This record gives sequence, structure tokens and C-alpha cells, in this order.
Amino acid sequence: MNPEERHIFSVLVENRFGVLARVAGLFSGRGFNIDSLNVAETHDKSISHITLVTHGDAQIIDQIYQHLNRLIDVIEVTDLSTAGTHVERELVLIKVATDDPQKRTEILQVAEVFRGRVIDMKPTSLVLEITGDEGKLKAAIDIFNTYGILELARTGKIAMLRGKEN
Amino acid sequence: MELSGARILVDGLKREGVEYIFGVNGGAAMPIFDALYGETEVKLIPMRHEQGASHAADGYARATGKVGVALATSGPGATNLVTGIATAYMDSIPMVAITGQVFTHYIGSDAFQECDVIGVTRPICKHSYLIKSSDEIADVVAEAFHIAKTGKPGPVIIDIAKDAQNNEALFQYPETVNIRSYKPQVHGDPTQIAKAAALIKEAKRPMLYAGGGVVLADASEELQQLTLNTQIPITVTLMGLGAFPETHPLAMEMPGMHGSCCANYAFTDSDLIIAIGARFDDRVTGDLSKFAPNAKKIHIDIDASCIGKNVPVDVPIVGDAKNVLRELNKQVSTADIDPWRDQIQEWKQKYPFEYEQKSDIVMPQFVIEKIYEHYSDAIVVADVGQHQMWAAQYFKFTEPRQWLNSGGLGTMGFSLPAAIGAQLGCPDKTVVNINGDGSYIMTIQELVPAVTMKLPLKVFIINNMYLGMVRQWQELFHGKRYSAVDYHDNPDFALLAQAFGATGLRVEHPEDVEPALLKAKGITDGPVVIDFIVDEEENVFPMVPAGAGLGDVIRGLS
Repeated sequence: MNPEERHIFSVLVENRFGVLARVAGLFSGRGFNIDSLNVAETHDKSISHITLVTHGDAQIIDQIYQHLNRLIDVIEVTDLSTAGTHVERELVLIKVATDDPQKRTEILQVAEVFRGRVIDMKPTSLVLEITGDEGKLKAAIDIFNTYGILELARTGKIAMLRGKEN
Repeated sequence: MELSGARILVDGLKREGVEYIFGVNGGAAMPIFDALYGETEVKLIPMRHEQGASHAADGYARATGKVGVALATSGPGATNLVTGIATAYMDSIPMVAITGQVFTHYIGSDAFQECDVIGVTRPICKHSYLIKSSDEIADVVAEAFHIAKTGKPGPVIIDIAKDAQNNEALFQYPETVNIRSYKPQVHGDPTQIAKAAALIKEAKRPMLYAGGGVVLADASEELQQLTLNTQIPITVTLMGLGAFPETHPLAMEMPGMHGSCCANYAFTDSDLIIAIGARFDDRVTGDLSKFAPNAKKIHIDIDASCIGKNVPVDVPIVGDAKNVLRELNKQVSTADIDPWRDQIQEWKQKYPFEYEQKSDIVMPQFVIEKIYEHYSDAIVVADVGQHQMWAAQYFKFTEPRQWLNSGGLGTMGFSLPAAIGAQLGCPDKTVVNINGDGSYIMTIQELVPAVTMKLPLKVFIINNMYLGMVRQWQELFHGKRYSAVDYHDNPDFALLAQAFGATGLRVEHPEDVEPALLKAKGITDGPVVIDFIVDEEENVFPMVPAGAGLGDVIRGLS
């Protein structure tokens, strides 16, 4: 077995119903994994941007790339892991338990370390919004776990190539 | 002018040059069938089962190179098309399958005869469309035909809600199709082609390995030029048979599980494989770890995802076989490989396809040899099983589109309806359907339209009263435990043919084979069915057992 690698694909597709099912079906039908998936309309309403994180050996990654390209509704596929340097972000919403009012201040201080924003606060819980790369989100989640996470939602990674130098 | 959606659809089909549409009527497709009523330009061919409709459209496409069209209603009509769609998809056959769908306001409500056909067919079609409004129809038809026949061809599904068929819209058929997300790469990269030419020059034991892609690209002429220019021995796969004449001295015949020992030994010893429109299918390669261990590989294919999928490739060339071979032909000359050619000839002579003739019982291979003798120019449509392999081995194909079979999906029941499509598409050709007793009965109902249309089909059943290929595996690998393969309860196919209104003959003795074939030749006012009762436990050899390497081929007669 060849070593497995993690790859981020940026995929531009026609913004039509059924396109996501075709992309997802390509993975499920071949037993390939999707680690995370994000889909949304771009500034051009006719185009959606998919950021798809997957893993596999070089042969599987190549097959994923080729099969994505083969879908009629796919306009452009970029393997960000090989196409040059890219930027990536993910947003997470964390609802943390604050039953103990003493702890609330502490949690808010920790949130500040991660540049988190409080977007909801109730007597026994608060919701934080944190943005970052994978490592930062993992660190944040690990820490807040020690206070008690009630609920967590992530957007999945979004990514794009960096702009050209000139 | 405002027209109904169904009328727009039919006018669109006319613009695409559709001659025939194979279908079975039903509730959600009635407006389309109504629009086809009395049409003479697009002729509706009513079939007796939707599977038959999809195979007939497929057979028409394989024989003519044009897009085949099938039509069915929603729900069960659509699901019955599925096997035919999957069959076409696996062999990259250009097809458009049109299905009626329930009214848009019923979609998703589990309405009567509702089925999410787009969902069901997603992994077995090249593309699909759900049409909910009449004004989409013209554009979708144009796009569907464009997608079905360009690049790597394949089936495209158009699912049309009944209200979209009924409602009126302006008929404006697009003059050109431009899909921004669909631009097949048809021209090979010149650098890669030059690399391929250089490898060909250096090779000492090169071989050409051509597949169905050559037939689909209409590149047989270019393939023959390449073979003759270089004098490199060639093997043509089950899907490509006829792309290069099997009668030529350089032809090694088909490779793989039931292929010639020569082709399989050549793979094993070769130092360069030039694959053209072939995909290193498991039935060709056997155990991949033992496949062509010493060979570099050049792979020419229109589908980039096919290259490197099964076998690592040294020189990938993405492009249309016709274009790439044209360029390659400019850069190659006769290969200096006499010892290799001698080796190939030795294998060819030493290990031909052979069987033991018997005096009291009809041997299946003998029937095929005689069919070849008397119908060598015919289009041969085979089904799936032992008879298919014997037909591939003992009939020497010389023309592309002369041999039609379900190679990829291996669909039993394919051949009779496909033969109907082929006969309609090629009215001046004789169409021979070589069938098995198991496969014939799977779509036997399509004898009805063949009789109605007086098609002069020659249906030759190689009847061994078994699901023969499975029985062979049971004999070899399951200790002769013949589970669910005993077909001795077959009906009398000759009598049954007569009941259908066709000519039915039964042949049980070797001396009656030829007279029956000659008699069939003279029957031109409708189908003739000959039930050849053959040796029940004859096996197909050579055979590379599943999981073995090509070098471990069991030759059969020793």
C-alpha cells in the first residue's frame, strides 16, 4: 500500500440542482472518502465553489482528480495540495457550558486567545465563533472540551490558491 | 411558434437526424408517443419490454455509429431501461434515453409510477437532465446529443415531467452547442506522441493492443496503417474485434481470459505495449502483478481517467484515437524486430483455437465455424456466455462494427433486441444473432417486433441446456455442483419461434448444421430461429483462471 496523503480540491461547478449529488456519488460509488465538503454560490450566481478534502494514495488522488474533471457540470478542478501555495480557513461554532459562573470569565479569556467571538450568551451556555486553519481549530476544540462542549458545528474547510505575485 | 413540449422534443430529434426511436408506451410518456404518432421522419419502433428498447437503441448505435434513442414511461418503464443504459455506459455507446416523469407538482410525493430515475441512473450514465418546463426541452435535446456522441461517448438521460410535455413553448433549436464545462480533449499532446514514436523505435518486442475505443473513434483505418507501417503484431480485444482484420498474419487474435495463447504469451514477454482505446480490463490482464512485467506502456485514450487506472503507464496520451494515430503514423516506420515476429508466428501456429470434433453430436465451435463460412460478411450480434467466446474465437472479423456484444457489463439478453436495432440501422446487411439458450429467453419477447417488421434476422441459438459459462466455472472451481444452471427445462425453441410467427428449425446432428444455415439464408421475409442442440458440457478454452496470470493460461486440448 502506498502512503496516503491528504488533498484539498477546489472545484468550480455549474450552480444547478443535482450537481452535488454527482460529485458525492463519484466518491461513494468508488469507496473514496470525503473528509470535509463545503459548497456555496460564488460571486457569479451561475457557479458554485466546492472545497473538498479527501485522502488516498497517489493513484486514488489521481483518479479523484480525473473523475471530477469528467463530470459534465464541473467547470474546473484544482488540486490545491499540488497546484501551488494556497490559503485555507474553516469556521467553527462551539456552544460551551457555563453552568459555573466562575468559569465563564476563564472561558472568555481562552476564547480571546483564539480570537473567538461570542455570538450568543445565555445563563448556562455561550456560543463562540472561531476561524482558523485545522491546527488552530483543533487546539481550540481540545481546550473547550475541558469546559464541556454542548454542541459543535464546522463549515468544513474552504480554500483557494494565493494570488499571483505580479 | 408555440408548440407543445412533446412536439418540441420530436422536432428536436428530427434536427438531430434521428431515424428510429425504440420505445414502450405508458402513462407519463403518452404526450411524446402521441407526437410520434404517424411520424415518418422519426419512426417509432414499439418494443415489448423497455429493456429491449434500450438494447435496440444500443445495437443501432453500435452498428451505425449514430446516437441510438430509447423512450419509456416513468417508474417501471424507466427502471426497465436501466440494464440497457448500464450496458451502453460500460461500452461507451452513444445513446439518448428519454423517460416520461410524473407531473412536476407530484414529483417527490411517491405518486403513481413515480421513480427518481435521475437518481437511479446517476452512476450509469454520462449525464442526465430532469426537465420541468417546456422551454428547456430544445436546449437540453441539443446538449444531450452533443454529450452522448462527443468525447468518450455514452448514454444521456432526459427525464421530462408530463406537464412539460403538454405545455407549450417557443420552438427555438440551438444551431450550436457550447457547454463551458465540457471540452473533451481530442488532440494528443505532440510531445507525448513523439515520445511514443521514440519508444516504438527502440522496442525489440513491441505489440499493439487495440480496443473498442478504436471502433468508437472510427479509427480502424489509422490502426491498420500503424500496424502495416510498423509491422508490429497486434491483438484486438473483445470490444474491438474487426478494427483490424483477424485474417491478417500480424493479427494475434483476442487477448485475455478466453483469448489466444499467442496474445497472452506476447503480453507476458513483450517489452512495449501500445494500448489504443483499450482499458487494461481485468478480463484482459488477469493478475495485474503478473501482467506484462517487462513491458513499457503507451496508452492512448480519450478518457484521462482510464489511463493509469489499472496499470502504470509510461507514456499517457489523452486524445481521440483517430487524431492521435494519424499523428503517430507520420513518425513511425517498419520495426526491426524479426526474431519477435518469428516468435509470434510460432505461438500462433502452435496454439490455435482448437476443439475436438465429434461425429454424433454437434460441437458449438463447429456451428460457429460454419456460420463464419456462410455469413462471413454479416454483422454478428452475440449475447453473453460461452457462445459469445466461441463466436469471438472462431468467427474471423474483418470490419469494424461487424461484431456487437455487451463486453463491459456482460448483459445476458442484450443480443436479440440489439440485432433488431442493428438490422434497422443497416438494412442492406445480413444480421446474425448468435445467442445462448439462457440469454435468448431473457429477451425472447422481442421476437414479436422482429416478426411484425419482417426483419430477416438469423437467430442462431447455441443450446447446451445449461447456463454454460457458469456451469463451466462450477465444473472447474466448484466441484461440479451445478447450482441453478440446469436448463434442460428449456422450451422447444423451434416450435416457440413458430408460435411467434417466425421460422423455427431444430438441428441435432452435425450433418444438418450446414443445410440449416443455407436454408436460413434463403428466408428473407422474416426472422429465422435455428436451435442448435450442442454438446452439453463443452468448455471454452483457452482459459486464464480468475486471479491467475496470463502466462498460466490453461490451453485445453493438450
